[in-house]
Amino acid sequence: MASSEEDGTVEEKENNNKKRTKSALITAWLTFYNIAMTAGWLVLAITMMRFYIQKGTHKGLYRSIARTLKFFQTFALVEVGHCAVGIVRTSVIVTGVQVCSRIYMVWFITSSIRQIQNEESVILFLVVWTVTEITRYSYYTFNLLHHLPYFIKWARYNFFIVLYPLGVVGELLTIYAALPFVRRSGMYSMRLPNKYNVSFDYYYFLIIVMLSYIPLFPQLYLHMLRQRRRVLHGEVIVEKDD
Amino acid sequence: MDILALEAKSQNGAEAEKKPTPKPKPKAPKKTKRIVYFEVEILDLKTKEKLLLLDKVSLMFCAAKCLRDEEVLQTLPVGTTASFYFSDMGPQLTWGTVFLAECVGPLILYLMFYFRLPFIYSPKYDFTSSKHWVVHLACMCHSFHYIKRVVETLFVHRISHGTMPLRNIFKNCGYYWCSAAWMAYYINHPLYTTPHYGQQQVNAGLYIFLVSFGFDILNVLFISGSKVKKIPYPTKNPFTWIFWLVSCPNYTYELGSWIGFTVMTQCVPVAFFTIVAFVQMTVWAKGKHRSYLKEFRDYPTLRSSILPFIL
Repeated sequence: MASSEEDGTVEEKENNNKKRTKSALITAWLTFYNIAMTAGWLVLAITMMRFYIQKGTHKGLYRSIARTLKFFQTFALVEVGHCAVGIVRTSVIVTGVQVCSRIYMVWFITSSIRQIQNEESVILFLVVWTVTEITRYSYYTFNLLHHLPYFIKWARYNFFIVLYPLGVVGELLTIYAALPFVRRSGMYSMRLPNKYNVSFDYYYFLIIVMLSYIPLFPQLYLHMLRQRRRVLHGEVIVEKDD
Repeated sequence: MDILALEAKSQNGAEAEKKPTPKPKPKAPKKTKRIVYFEVEILDLKTKEKLLLLDKVSLMFCAAKCLRDEEVLQTLPVGTTASFYFSDMGPQLTWGTVFLAECVGPLILYLMFYFRLPFIYSPKYDFTSSKHWVVHLACMCHSFHYIKRVVETLFVHRISHGTMPLRNIFKNCGYYWCSAAWMAYYINHPLYTTPHYGQQQVNAGLYIFLVSFGFDILNVLFISGSKVKKIPYPTKNPFTWIFWLVSCPNYTYELGSWIGFTVMTQCVPVAFFTIVAFVQMTVWAKGKHRSYLKEFRDYPTLRSSILPFIL
């Protein structure tokens, strides 16, 4: 009987050790990931500032940062993986919608349509994204290291109030600017007859994407406001009435 | 020296006295609980005769099991006193109604596209018929599939007395109806292209569809009717032999039907619908399989949930 009890305690110890090792590895990976992303977006910010100081214009700015932007924005897909696996306790849907909308903006709109790369709206959402991401990833990094300066916490939950709507405006204006070029070129579109028996019009798809911002943006914005109330003011939001 | 020390002490003491003592914060006024009371009539299930009227019933959330319609108060395993919890579930619909709406919609919608009603395609194609034989075959297969589901809902399935919220009908019907319309639009389109491998591909798809469809019907006929909860085992009937391999053969056959339909029509929307249906049915089948394993200790370990040896 005693031996079985001892075995039990040994097993428990082993399990605890495994759990500790696992959580340490997860923390190490998340710290590395967030530091890398903070650094990446800082590089983007510095590159943008240098370009603007040297050239005095925003024309050609997108092309100068395109490769770096594509890499770091696409690398954000790892975050969706974190949520799906469960190492980060955030909704997969909320994270997925945000990450995918940005990747879509980079790959299928701004990079695909050269004519709109010099639009002011592109610079608007790029600046917004850069500030947001530097704040967000640095917040995560310091949080993981258990040394969170109040300014970063404050910035994380206050900057978005202005930046989020600005970013959405930038994205919508960019898509709107892309519409005539998409219609003329017929890019990414499929017409019948074809062997797959399906048609797809990218022009109308972009219009649907623009309209989808109407229900999605308020939901994500309110979600962030709730988070802000909880983190900054320590409010416990109870949905049910007593 | 001592005097100085005493003076310093007294000064400190005076300063300490001068400091205002922190006032206790006034407590926030207690939130008054809003309790809503209901009048509840208890009626006889069959005669609808009023048995009694409960005057002040407050709604409370209770995680206990719901009582079934057939249960009699006298036979319930409770003492002399029993607490009943009533919950207002909002507008509800029976499962049967939802299933019928789900199945009748696609049937009608598909036929609207098949007969090319006005305002669907350009006016010159109104009420015209496709020159491709596969389009007519597809219409027959699709219609038979949904007619079978309607008949099953009406006469075969033992649908529980359970209900679902009214809003669910919009979600469920939206999915089935939109999918049916999307498929029908392209299959019955005047510019529809026949499958790449021609008649061979159509025949292969039709064969897969008919085998799955036929096996499903025969399986339903031989299995249905039992109200006793027991492990379904294969009998001498060959149509029940799939029970050696899967827990939910109805989902396996349904998947087979849609794969056949996809091969036969070579249409991306159909393939998309098949993939989505497969994912959804896998979730349901895994749930059922898990509940069987939990309920029956001697449940056959060889069985998969939906795909033999795979899933």
